[in-house]
Amino acid sequence: MKDVKIYGPGCKRCETTAEMMRAAAAELGIEATVEKVTDMAAIARAGVMSTPGISVDGKLVHAGGLPDPAKLAGWLQD
Amino acid sequence: MTMLSSPHPQPRPAWQWTAAVVVGAVLWWLLYRQLPALSQALVGLLPVAPDSHLGAALAFFFYDVPKVMMLLALIVFAMGVVRSFFSPEQTRALLAGRREGVANVMAAGLGVLTPFCSCSAVPLFIGFVSAGVPLGVTFSFLIAAPMVNEVALILLIGLVGWQVAAVYLGFGLGIAIVAGWVIGRLHLEGWLQDWVRDIHSGAATPGTVEGTALSWPERYRRGLDALCEIFAKVWLWILLGIGMGAAIHGYVPQSLLERIMGADAWWSVPAAVVLGVPMYTNAAGVIPIVEALLGKGAALGTVLAFMMSVIALSLPEMIILRQVLTTRLIAVFIGVVTAGILGVGFLFNALF
Repeated sequence: MKDVKIYGPGCKRCETTAEMMRAAAAELGIEATVEKVTDMAAIARAGVMSTPGISVDGKLVHAGGLPDPAKLAGWLQD
Repeated sequence: MTMLSSPHPQPRPAWQWTAAVVVGAVLWWLLYRQLPALSQALVGLLPVAPDSHLGAALAFFFYDVPKVMMLLALIVFAMGVVRSFFSPEQTRALLAGRREGVANVMAAGLGVLTPFCSCSAVPLFIGFVSAGVPLGVTFSFLIAAPMVNEVALILLIGLVGWQVAAVYLGFGLGIAIVAGWVIGRLHLEGWLQDWVRDIHSGAATPGTVEGTALSWPERYRRGLDALCEIFAKVWLWILLGIGMGAAIHGYVPQSLLERIMGADAWWSVPAAVVLGVPMYTNAAGVIPIVEALLGKGAALGTVLAFMMSVIALSLPEMIILRQVLTTRLIAVFIGVVTAGILGVGFLFNALF
């Protein structure tokens, strides 16, 4: 069970990122919970300075802009 | 510009990307050189006398819209590629623990080059302050980022002239540096919101993403992404702005503007700022108005003050920053930046 968190105040790109991660997990058959974190304090504490940020099992893997679709699988599989 | 956007399972080799970019640049240049002839031909087709008010307004509109769009495409793409070499994390590392003064200058410059979206203003602010970037230096960054806008800069070069653009660049950076330094001198760290101070006092050490070097295709990709995003955001504003500009160009008599916005009317600078602060549009929408105003005899300082206050001080940004700054600190921020803009306006009207 992978714990995926998407950090962002709720702009369009954060929504898209969450959707991309859900789709990637479903495609790979990996069970994952994708949770959106919109609280500014929580975003800042996670060390995300540009949104959207992505963490998998507590490890920050991406920050700033839409993620590269080619990299999603790698993050989910480690 | 190339319009390859479908995600490809096999990434294209770097040389193909580079070739596409070079071909795109050449096509751009050829088309750009033909623009005056094309727009004249277009207006010539319309059943309007070229020397009438309407004819003048239409000629202005049909020449400026494609010109501005093309300049914008070129610059936004190029800046997207340049910005792929910078990240907020690197910028923070460069600025953390530095002494004020030099750091304010660096922060203003990096504010222009670091990719930054106003929706990340709050996490970025906290990320900077919690890593030991002084408050005033953080403000220099936050003021420069919207103020010295590449869209504004290029449109100024294209529509008004490089001298005015250079002046705008110099004074935009100047205001960011000085305003940040002043805020730093005032030692207002106590005026942050409480929860920000808690993070500040070292409650959490933020982790960072390990950076991997980007390949050139990835950098071009960033440029294309920036192009799509900015165009989607500003095209309507450009049309509206140039439409306004065309109206002023064709219809508003010169003497009227000279009286209202000329250098003799000292109150025109504060009036322009008061008018500009609540106005919120992006740089692209303001510049055509600026061009038309200058062309009709409005004073340079007044117009620059108007433009800077529209671009640099925006209500939505203040509302976002309200989450981390107390109202008092926001008031100081607005006050210091406004004072800087007024200073630039008066200085220019006095000098030129």
